[in-house]
Amino acid sequence: MQVHAPILPILVPFLAALLQMTLRQRKMQRLIGLTACLLLVVVTLWLTLLTDDGLLRVYALGDWPAPYGIVLVADRLAAAMTLLTAILGLLALLAASAGFDDCGQHFHPLFQLQLFGLCGAFLTGDLFNLFVFFEVMLLASYALLAHGGGLARTRAGLSYVVLNLVGSAIFLIGLGLLYGTLGTLNLAHLAQRLVLSGGDQALARLALMLLIVVFALKAGLLPLCFWLPHTYTAAGVPVAALFAIMTKVGIVAILRLQALALTPAIPDLLAHWLPALALATVTLAAMGMLAAARLQAMAAWLVLLSTGTLLLAPAQASVAVDAAALYYLAQSTLVSAAFFILAGAIAEQRGEAGDHFRAGAPPANWLSICFLIVAIGAAGLPPFSGFVAKVMLLAALREVAGATVMWTVLLAASFLVMIALARNGCLLVWKHQAIPRPWVRPLPWTTTTATLVLVAAGPLLALAAEPLAAYAGRAASQLHSPGAYVASVLGQTPRSAHR
Amino acid sequence: MEGMLAIAVAVLTSCGVFLVLRARTFPVLLGLTLLSYAVNLFLFASGRLRLDLPPLIRAGARYTDPLPQALVLTAIVIGFGMTAYLAMLALRGLAESGSDDVDAKGER
Repeated sequence: MQVHAPILPILVPFLAALLQMTLRQRKMQRLIGLTACLLLVVVTLWLTLLTDDGLLRVYALGDWPAPYGIVLVADRLAAAMTLLTAILGLLALLAASAGFDDCGQHFHPLFQLQLFGLCGAFLTGDLFNLFVFFEVMLLASYALLAHGGGLARTRAGLSYVVLNLVGSAIFLIGLGLLYGTLGTLNLAHLAQRLVLSGGDQALARLALMLLIVVFALKAGLLPLCFWLPHTYTAAGVPVAALFAIMTKVGIVAILRLQALALTPAIPDLLAHWLPALALATVTLAAMGMLAAARLQAMAAWLVLLSTGTLLLAPAQASVAVDAAALYYLAQSTLVSAAFFILAGAIAEQRGEAGDHFRAGAPPANWLSICFLIVAIGAAGLPPFSGFVAKVMLLAALREVAGATVMWTVLLAASFLVMIALARNGCLLVWKHQAIPRPWVRPLPWTTTTATLVLVAAGPLLALAAEPLAAYAGRAASQLHSPGAYVASVLGQTPRSAHR
Repeated sequence: MEGMLAIAVAVLTSCGVFLVLRARTFPVLLGLTLLSYAVNLFLFASGRLRLDLPPLIRAGARYTDPLPQALVLTAIVIGFGMTAYLAMLALRGLAESGSDDVDAKGER
C-alpha cells in the first residue's frame, strides 16, 4: 500500500469525478464530493507524514522505469502542496455546497477534476505530464469560472482562456525545444543531461526560459498578470477561493525547475530579471488594493501580492529563502481563500450594497471580527501568521544582493495594504446607512463553517509556526539537493545516455 | 524538407499571432487554431525528420523517434478540446452582449 501512496491524491478526485458524472442528483454529488475531499485530506496527510522521513517516493506508472516511463515523485514539497490543496478544496467545496453548486450543471465533477489536475501538477516528475495536468486543471477552471453565468464571467473567461491557450502553445514549443536538444522530458533526466551537455546549451536555455515564462503567466508575474484581478473578481466566491492555489502551481514549478535544473547548470538564468519583476508585481498589487472597489477585488489583488512576494525566492537559490517562502506560500494561500469566502459571506449580509465599498447595511458582528482577523493576516501585522511569514522572509532576504530594495518595497507595500484594508474595513463595517437592517437569509452552516475554519487558519498557523517553519526548512533543503532527486528517480546507477 | 517545414511553422505562427492580437473573438479563435497547428508541426519535428521509417524500435532497424508523435497526438487532442470550449464561450459572449468584441461593454 505504501508503494502506491504517491498516486492516491490523483486517483481519489479522479474516481470521485467519474462517480459524480454517473450519479446526477445534486445531493448525491455533494455527498460524494465532500467525502472525496475528506478522503483526499487523509490521503495527502498520510503522504506528507510518509515523505517526512526524507526519502523520495518515486512511482513509476505501469512499472516502466524512468526515464522511459512516466513517474510521479513525492517529496516533502509535493506532498505538502497536495495537502494544502486538499484542505483548501474541502473548505471551498463546503462553501459551494451552500447553494452555489446549484447555479449550473456539472459543478461537482469539474471541482474534483480541478483537484485532480492540481495534485497531479504538484506530484509529476515529467515535464510533458506536467503540461497535461496543467491542461486538466485549466480546462476544469475555465468551466468553473463560467459557472453561475453572467456577462462579467463570460468576458473574464474569454480573456483567461485565450491567454492560457497562448501559454499552452508556448509551453509546447518549450517542451519541443527541450526534447530536441536534450532528448528527454523527465525532470531528473533533464537535470542530469543539462549539466553534461555542451553543444546545444543556448537552445536549452531558450527552452527553459520559455517554460519559466509560461509558469510566470500562470503565477501572474507583472507583465503577464493583468488577467488575474478581473478573472478572480468575476469568479464565483468558492471558485475564487480554490483558484487561490492555482497561481501557486506556477510558483512551485519555477522553484522546482530552479532548484533541480537551473542551479547546477545555468545558475544565472533568473537572477537578472525575476526579482525586479517580482518587486514590480508587489508594487502594482499594493496599488491595486488601494484602488479596488469591492472586497472580492481586494482579495484578487492579494493573490497577486503573494505571487510577487513569492517570486522573489527562486532567483536567490537559497535554502533559507525558500524555506521562508514555503511558509509564506501556505499562509498566504489560506488567507487569500479566507478573504474570498469572507467577501462572499459579507456580500450576502449587506443586501444591495454587496461587497462594494459603499455605505449599506452592516454585516453581522462575528463577520466583522472575522474580517479584522483576516485583514491583520493579509497586511502582515502581528500577531498572526502573515506577520510571522513576513518576518521569516525578510530575515532570510537580509543576506541576498539587493536586500535593501526588497525590504523597502515589501514594507512599503505592507503599509499600503494596511491603509487600504483599514479604510475599506471602516466603510464596510462602520459606515451604515440610516436604514433598518434588511432581512437577510441567515448564512447556512456550510458557509459559516468554511469561513470560520479558514479565518482560524491565520492564528493557527501562527501558533504552529515553529513546527511548520521547521518542516518548510526540511522541504527546502530537500528541494535543494538535486543529486538525491536524480538518483532516486533514475535509480542509483544513472543509465547511459540514449538518444 | 527541413526548410519547408520551418517556413510552414513560421508562416502559421506569424498569422496565428497576428490574428490572436485582433479584438474580435472569431479571428482570435482562428489565430489560436493556426498557432496550435504551428506548435504541433514544431513538436513533430523535435524528434528530427526522417523519411519512410516506421516509429518502431527494433534491433538493427532504422526508425524514427516515436515519442514526439505521441506528444503531438496528446497536444492535438487537448488543443481541440480547448478550442471547442473557447468557441462555445465566444458564442455565449456574443449572445449575452450582442457583440463579438473582446472588450464589449457590459456589467463589470
